[in-house]
Amino acid sequence: MSFSNLTRRGVIKTGAVAGAGLALPTYLSAAAHSGFTNAPTGDTVTLGFNVPQSGPYADEGADELRAFELAVEHLNGQGDGGMLSTFSSKALEGNGIMGKKVQFVTGDTQTKSDAARASAQSMIQKDGAIMISGGSSSGVAVAVQGLCQEAGVIFMAGLTHSNDTTGKDKKANGFRHFFNAYMSAAALAPVLKNLYGDDRKVYSLTADYTWGWTQQESIQAATEAMGWETINDVRTPLAATDFSSYIAPVLNSGADVLVLNHYGGNMVNSLTNAVQFGLRDKQVNGKNFEIVVPLYSELMARGAGKNIAGIVGSQNWDWKLENEKGDRYKGTNAFVKSFGEKYGFPPSQAAQTCYAQTLLYADAVARAQSFNPCAVVEALEGYEFDGLGNGPTLYRAGDHQCFKDVVVVRGKENPENEFDLVEIVEVTPAEQVTYPVDHPMFAGGELGDCNPGA
Amino acid sequence: MDAILLQLLNGLDKGSAYALIALGLTLIFGTLGVVNFAHGALFMIGAFCAVTLSKIFTLSHKAAEPSGTDFLGNPKFEDVLYIKEWFGDAAGAWLLDWSVPLSILFAIPIMLAIGFIMERGLIKHFYKRPHADQILVTFGLAIVLQEVIKYFYGANPIPTAAPEAFRGSFDFGVLLGFDPNAIIYPYWRLIYFAFSALIIGGVFAFLQFTTFGMVVRAGMADRETVGLLGINIDKRFTIMFGIAAAVAGLAGVMYAPINSPNYHMGMDFLVLSFVVVVVGGMGSLPGAVLAGFLLGILESFASMNEVKDILPGIDQIIIYVVAIIILLTRPRGLMGRKGVMEE
Repeated sequence: MSFSNLTRRGVIKTGAVAGAGLALPTYLSAAAHSGFTNAPTGDTVTLGFNVPQSGPYADEGADELRAFELAVEHLNGQGDGGMLSTFSSKALEGNGIMGKKVQFVTGDTQTKSDAARASAQSMIQKDGAIMISGGSSSGVAVAVQGLCQEAGVIFMAGLTHSNDTTGKDKKANGFRHFFNAYMSAAALAPVLKNLYGDDRKVYSLTADYTWGWTQQESIQAATEAMGWETINDVRTPLAATDFSSYIAPVLNSGADVLVLNHYGGNMVNSLTNAVQFGLRDKQVNGKNFEIVVPLYSELMARGAGKNIAGIVGSQNWDWKLENEKGDRYKGTNAFVKSFGEKYGFPPSQAAQTCYAQTLLYADAVARAQSFNPCAVVEALEGYEFDGLGNGPTLYRAGDHQCFKDVVVVRGKENPENEFDLVEIVEVTPAEQVTYPVDHPMFAGGELGDCNPGA
Repeated sequence: MDAILLQLLNGLDKGSAYALIALGLTLIFGTLGVVNFAHGALFMIGAFCAVTLSKIFTLSHKAAEPSGTDFLGNPKFEDVLYIKEWFGDAAGAWLLDWSVPLSILFAIPIMLAIGFIMERGLIKHFYKRPHADQILVTFGLAIVLQEVIKYFYGANPIPTAAPEAFRGSFDFGVLLGFDPNAIIYPYWRLIYFAFSALIIGGVFAFLQFTTFGMVVRAGMADRETVGLLGINIDKRFTIMFGIAAAVAGLAGVMYAPINSPNYHMGMDFLVLSFVVVVVGGMGSLPGAVLAGFLLGILESFASMNEVKDILPGIDQIIIYVVAIIILLTRPRGLMGRKGVMEE
């Protein structure tokens, strides 16, 4: 190699470029002087919405994005205000957050952990997002939560149901409004006992990843506690599309209940296959064969069509809640009205949790009178609120998990339209789904200290 | 015993989808020498032909008078299906119920046209290019096609039901002297198996017993000599591409009631189908069919709990393990010919 081309001018140029390059990360981590990452300096504040915009969960991501847009509209004083009028806290005045107009950027998680981290990082570093929200998978939520903790921004999780998100992978900067696998199981068990009796034999199929494992562990513990017996649990590959070889042996196994710990596309296919095999028309051990899907997603249930008829599962929220179960769930109708008038159909549970999370973040900033993540954490920890559609709710300080009622639903036999696929069977009160912070299913991780970044 | 019979049945059913897709892939590779990574997308488009026909049958207009209120409390106007207005309630309901089998007629011309356009518009420009270029361009095309479908139909799976008469399952166990419920199998999956056997038989008969087929087979063996005899082999190969697209499309149409179609279902099958083709032997039609059924059956057996207890996770890798073993022991695949992809 020859160095004969080295010139004084060249060295200065290279030095300047290298210097700028080295300075870049400091510049991008923003406002080091203000004490926390991406402190808003002008008259706007930027939120980052990280949702699946491509891949199999794109429709769910689109619904989350609709809810985020609506929330931003309401925060900025546009539209009819939605749940701002029913929210128990009155700190938000429709003038943005602390007088700063809310703007947002979006990222595409692709429902892949690495892509989700990259898009969140880009929104934090390039766009100056002070809070990240959204997502439709626990793998993604855990990955992005970890990133937000390191970067010093708040993560308001979207749809994530694994126990781990607020269990072994919990982080001080992360908060989950959505319920979890333990709560689903605790809510379902008594309803299942009422519907199907206390002497049942269970065969379960479980998606082979973090959410599937925690869901299976939770439902097995809850059903066995009421006398059911688990005779087999089969792990199925996440990438599986045809479940026939896993479903075929079920009927001859002696089981009379099939639990499908599947979500999204897996759920659509495994449930469709199970119904094709005629499981629901059979009698085993002198009882009707039953299928249970612990976590329902109304959006994905559309994909299973009539096959969901009579299948019991749980939801974080349902748009019919206030009409059917009364004033306790106020906020539901206000949100459904805003969302329905803007988009022409009722919102999904993914949309509701994302809308609520955005309002909760904004409200925490307004109450703390600071965008500093540590002030926001303090404002959210142990916070009790109402009027966001789920009834009285607590953001528990010990693990940053929301505790509220859980909705048990059943697929309608004759749905009127594609948005009205489930009926509410029961709403399980929050007390019945509450567990201690140090419950063994949530053990392993530490919340740690909040990180303001910068 | 009953569990083995059940998984054998299941394997034949799984294998029929693999065999149909692999057959089309091999037809294209054997005739045109193109490695078509867009073949899975053709399978997916076939399934969406079934979705489209069922959407056409459910085209509707709003009733003149409201009937109740919608979720916001506004007056609700029922959807009135055109099909029921035009043909009467009974005939309209029958058409709707039988939309998947009727989609076969709908899909054939569409798939032939798509195959023709794909071959003439894009793929013919890549005949003389390396296989890597062909793979890249067809893979790119597959992504474009699936994004187009996603744009129009969304990312969610769309339920597409089999006719009422074929829902439910058949109890084979009782027929064979086992206890009830020992070997049950869904009617539609049995129909899928029979349908694929019919298509495979039809393709082989077409190649074996028609003059057109004879010329195509001659062209597959020695394209240059057939060309020297004054036969326009390119035109016939273009038609074969259309037929291969139609085979993949029909496999997709009939698959729609088995798993709700979604835009990426083609990709789910693509890699598996390539493994099937490689195991069967590149360019060998009987090899593709044989390997399709063989791998389907092996995959089913690998999913049995008794097998998974001994070899955990074997169900996820069995196909690739078999592919490695076959390629190590028979590098040209089960029925591969000398000289194919070896230049």
